[in-house]
Amino acid sequence: MVSLRRRPPGRAPAADRLPGRPPWILVLPALAGLAFLVLPLAGLLVRAPWSTLGTRLGEPQVLEALRLSLVSATLATGLCLLFGVPLAWVLARVPFPGARLVRALVTVPLVLPPVVGGVALLLALGRRGLAGRWLDETFGITFPFTTAGVVLAETFVAMPFLVISVEGALRAADLRYEEAAATLGASRWTIFHRVTLPLVAPGIAAGAILCWARALGEFGATITFAGNFPGRTQTMPLAVYLALETDPQAAIVLSLVLLAVSVLVLAALRDRWVSTT
Amino acid sequence: MFKRIPAAVAALAAAVLAGAAGCGDTGGDDESRPSGPSGGGTLTVFAAASLTETFTALGKSFEGSHPGVKVKFNFGGSSGLAQQITQGAPADVFAAASPATMKTVTDAGDAAAPQVFTRNRLVIAVPGDNPGKVAKVSDLARPGLKVVLCAEQVPCGAAAKKALGAAGVTVRPASQEQDVKAVLTKVRLGEADAGLVYRTDARAATGQVKGVEFAESAKAINDYPIATVAKAPHAALAKEFVQLVLGPVGRAELTRAGFESP
Repeated sequence: MVSLRRRPPGRAPAADRLPGRPPWILVLPALAGLAFLVLPLAGLLVRAPWSTLGTRLGEPQVLEALRLSLVSATLATGLCLLFGVPLAWVLARVPFPGARLVRALVTVPLVLPPVVGGVALLLALGRRGLAGRWLDETFGITFPFTTAGVVLAETFVAMPFLVISVEGALRAADLRYEEAAATLGASRWTIFHRVTLPLVAPGIAAGAILCWARALGEFGATITFAGNFPGRTQTMPLAVYLALETDPQAAIVLSLVLLAVSVLVLAALRDRWVSTT
Repeated sequence: MFKRIPAAVAALAAAVLAGAAGCGDTGGDDESRPSGPSGGGTLTVFAAASLTETFTALGKSFEGSHPGVKVKFNFGGSSGLAQQITQGAPADVFAAASPATMKTVTDAGDAAAPQVFTRNRLVIAVPGDNPGKVAKVSDLARPGLKVVLCAEQVPCGAAAKKALGAAGVTVRPASQEQDVKAVLTKVRLGEADAGLVYRTDARAATGQVKGVEFAESAKAINDYPIATVAKAPHAALAKEFVQLVLGPVGRAELTRAGFESP
């Protein structure tokens, strides 16, 4: 696992210095893939009711849903970082029996339909759930129908994205730096926060961004676990879904708002954290 | 780590393909013979999700009396089904959970002369042990009681608003769910103390959920219209199926599930 890089870590090789043109066998599928991703966006833009956009955006329910989405996705990302980075570190650095199983378990929320995830959360953390019953009886804490429930549902669905990215970054990181720190007498905790963390910071940032984006778009687990109430648990995706029932034009406007905000935030963060490192 | 990902991706892809194939199945079977009055073929029925149990049973009985005929169902939210039909999905019969939804199809010229074949009313669903001790509709206004309703944008939410308005009860719901099954789930799991669902939903969940009837639900009764689709690939069979639903066999099956006669 010792890499043979001669470059200092963290600096990407300059791609434009490679000789030759990019081969069409890669460029054509790349363009097709891009078109496939962008075409539905174009559909939204074409059908958007531009003339009434202003008045619809001013509606308090829209702003409330947007605020709730941004706040809960950010809090969920915070929780994912708090628990996901240590989890990724354990998976990458601490050999233990059953590691393969644990790794597979971490990816469960990725393959689980989010609605099923929501039901599972209810069965675990609901008022009559495995842990939820105890939380309710002992502390009087219940999560369903609360903003905290939204954050939990988003955390559940988004955490694997962070863990997988960070574990990948940890495995790709050059172990010799950590070994050098260890020979100089640093404790494992010191090595972690002085050497390892700075080394994999770009991986953590990329994972956090994925995680935030996934949390922002979360629908199924949220509506199943936290329900839907304006100002408390109605995030943008939930508002979009319900608007589709009666007012498809409003649904398109809401989708565009969510898209615009997420693209802006993601573009800004990516430039700052990922590509310039 | 990444060795495991392709397996997960493959599983996902397989699930998506299977789903897509399932959707395709609801379309007309090109190889089936054109159906005469007594010919074979595959009848395709689009029906509201709340009709799943009754229509599946009626389909069996239809196949029994029409040898060689297969009945295929596409159950789902009425508005989604209506959209599929107006977009040209090859349906023979459409049964909707609300006249407004049926109207979008008849207005588009894709069906004509719908008939109301059954009706459904709201009941208060409570968990089996009724922790909130809900006995009457006015209990729903009690502070601290966790009540879930359908969102007003979906038919069951509109009906709930009407019925509660008629009862003069102001409810502060903990959540406005996206459909009636979601309300039922919250009650079934004991997450909510009460919810308004259709009587048929409460009856289908007997054992886990108790239904409490209330008189004001009469003010918000849902009519279910049925019609043959204009471009039905099997028009004659479609008419016969509608007759079965409207006739005594259909009536009996619907009553058993908790529906009311129109």
